[in-house]
Amino acid sequence: MATTTVDAHAHDSHAHEGPKGILGYFWSTDHKVIAQLYLWTGMFMALIGGLMAYVFRMQLAFPGKPVPGFGVVSPVEYNALVTNHGTIMIFWVAMPVLIAAFGNFLIPLMIGADDMVFPRINRLSYQVFLLSAIVILASLVVEGGGFGGAWTAYPPLSANPAYNLTPLGATLWVVAVALEFVAFLLGGINFIVTLMNARAPGMKAYDIPMVCWMIVIASILFMLSVGPLIAGAVMLLFDQTLGTGFFNPAVGGDPILWQHLFWFFGHPEVYVVLLPAIGVTVDIVATFSRRKLFGYRLLLYTAVGIGVLSFFVWAHHQFIAGIDPRMANIFTVTTLLISIPVIEMFFVVFATMYGGSIRLTVPMLWALSFLAEFMIGGMTGIYLGSSGSDIYLHDTYFVLAHFHYTFFPIAIIGGFAAFTYWFPKMYGKMLDERLGKIHFWGTIISFNFIFIPLFILGGLGQHRRIYNFQNFPELAPYQPLRVVATTALVVMLLFQLVFFWNLIKSFRRGVPAPKNPWESNTLEWTADSPPPHGNWPPDQMPVVYRGPYEYGHPGRESDFWPQNVPPAREA
Amino acid sequence: MTAPSASLAGRAVQARRQQVLPNGVLGMLVFVLTEVMLFAGLISAHAIAMAGATEWPPLNQPRLPVVVTLLNTVALLVSGGMLAWAQRAWRRSSQTVNPPLFGALALGLFFVLMQGREWVALIREGLTLTSSTYGGFFYLIVGAHALHALAAILALAWAWRRLAVGRLAEAQLATVAVFWYFVVLVWPFIYIRVYL
Repeated sequence: MATTTVDAHAHDSHAHEGPKGILGYFWSTDHKVIAQLYLWTGMFMALIGGLMAYVFRMQLAFPGKPVPGFGVVSPVEYNALVTNHGTIMIFWVAMPVLIAAFGNFLIPLMIGADDMVFPRINRLSYQVFLLSAIVILASLVVEGGGFGGAWTAYPPLSANPAYNLTPLGATLWVVAVALEFVAFLLGGINFIVTLMNARAPGMKAYDIPMVCWMIVIASILFMLSVGPLIAGAVMLLFDQTLGTGFFNPAVGGDPILWQHLFWFFGHPEVYVVLLPAIGVTVDIVATFSRRKLFGYRLLLYTAVGIGVLSFFVWAHHQFIAGIDPRMANIFTVTTLLISIPVIEMFFVVFATMYGGSIRLTVPMLWALSFLAEFMIGGMTGIYLGSSGSDIYLHDTYFVLAHFHYTFFPIAIIGGFAAFTYWFPKMYGKMLDERLGKIHFWGTIISFNFIFIPLFILGGLGQHRRIYNFQNFPELAPYQPLRVVATTALVVMLLFQLVFFWNLIKSFRRGVPAPKNPWESNTLEWTADSPPPHGNWPPDQMPVVYRGPYEYGHPGRESDFWPQNVPPAREA
Repeated sequence: MTAPSASLAGRAVQARRQQVLPNGVLGMLVFVLTEVMLFAGLISAHAIAMAGATEWPPLNQPRLPVVVTLLNTVALLVSGGMLAWAQRAWRRSSQTVNPPLFGALALGLFFVLMQGREWVALIREGLTLTSSTYGGFFYLIVGAHALHALAAILALAWAWRRLAVGRLAEAQLATVAVFWYFVVLVWPFIYIRVYL
């Protein structure tokens, strides 16, 4: 704790310039470097998670045939791929990209600070995260293969090597997830303290850009929910390695206990990643609608309300796990209640757009598609949150499609929205709008072609986590739907090449980005593109005079009014 | 840095950044929030296991030493009190901080050593991590607390050492103290749930 009382301005790393050499990047305490490390690690893991989906979707569409680039998929490999696809996409893609990368990049820049308040803890956070990523990747290639007991890791399957057949893979999986939590714990402390203590002079609580609030509320949710899961992870690890029986009914343990501990974290986790995506959407929509955000405080209080409610819905994942039906009724009510604040947030965004002069740039397209696609996920959630209909739909592809209609918009669409919006600030180059639009439409359309067939299959009773549906006479005839989904997935993966081409093109000969290409109000657009170490020259740190969404102000010549422009200059 | 004192719609701009609490203290409070939830998770898991058991503790397992641990609990609470005394003493003069800080450190160490002695005795009597769920939860929860106590004692020793060379800041003492108060105050809950 030696570093903790050092003031935000006093940390010594400002004496020298940015990172030196490749290794220097991993030892940099600059929040922008750490953000980029998180971003590129997250993108690399997304690529791995996406290729895993390609392999197991090919197995489902063409069972038993060798998959190009992989070979024949065995049932054990299939389970490991499905499990680790889920784990990686949630813990190593959604969280690092949306919270860690953009939280690190945006919070100090948007509140006018030169860095996080604990830069060295921030560096440690990434290093632990990198270690966790290496452990989860290593778990795939150890003897026995990767863990195959689904991303929820229910015991006894996950606790006993005699059942899961992956003694090393299962243990490494738990260790990797636990390490990843430590990384986000360190990062979350940093976000919360930085937002509370390091804001620019004049920036009051209601002048903070919404995306910063959302990332910080999400961090608080994470901090409050992760404790019980860490307790559960330690118990699971002891069950696996030391032979304890916390989850083993034969010696007095309780397997359902794990489900409670897991979902007490698992459901708030959905909102941990949803809130930053909403924050990104709100900032982008306000900027490109040239309208003041409708109901700033309403949105903020709604986010807090979602956070509180999200702690009382977890058992809706356990309706068929033998819980008391009276308890199921209570959790049905809380689950359906939570859709009210969520849709309230959406109406705030619609009201912001109403009467605005909308600019359909690439980030705006991503932000709007987030609303449309997430809405499908939210609507289908109503059927799953009602305990009656869930008894039929539980563990079918309907759940799977619902889940992907929430997480794909959050992690991938929200990630692309944020990335394309802040890319000019991060790298000082503009992205190509035409290639961006091709990538956008290719991804969105193929995404819907993957998961709408899976909704239909789920309604027909197709169960999740099954290696080959040809063995089920009543499900075998629906093979064309599976082929459509797999084809759409391959198309979607191919469209990501357009994105990488856009990146390469922009880095090599992109148009240099001005300070404020989108004519936005928030403070990060007053720094150079890309911002230097320390973000602003020490004698020009910004001062804030107004809220972040003053667009289209009557009586002003330009339709935006940056937070740092002194009113005196206008008079 | 000084900001021009301008106002817009009746709004004056503050001259400098405002801190809610010192960075270290605030960061530690947030961390303690997570720790509270970790122990809440452990204790509720224990409660669920206890509620589902036919006999708790199992008949063939040793009983936990209730009285000795009660005395040990008092020692830990006194240690927390001495740290509060050290923090109050700081306001008068940093010269008077040393005795209560050392007292808090010594009593904390005493607590952990006594717990260790108790573990050795219990293991001899046949209560181990794998002997029953009862034993598993006992060592898991008390062990988790012991690890936190050891980390906090190291932090206290660090603060005590810095005080001796005259380099301890008040906010640093407060940061360490937040963590020690957590270790002290979570213990009575563990004692009531696990021992009684």
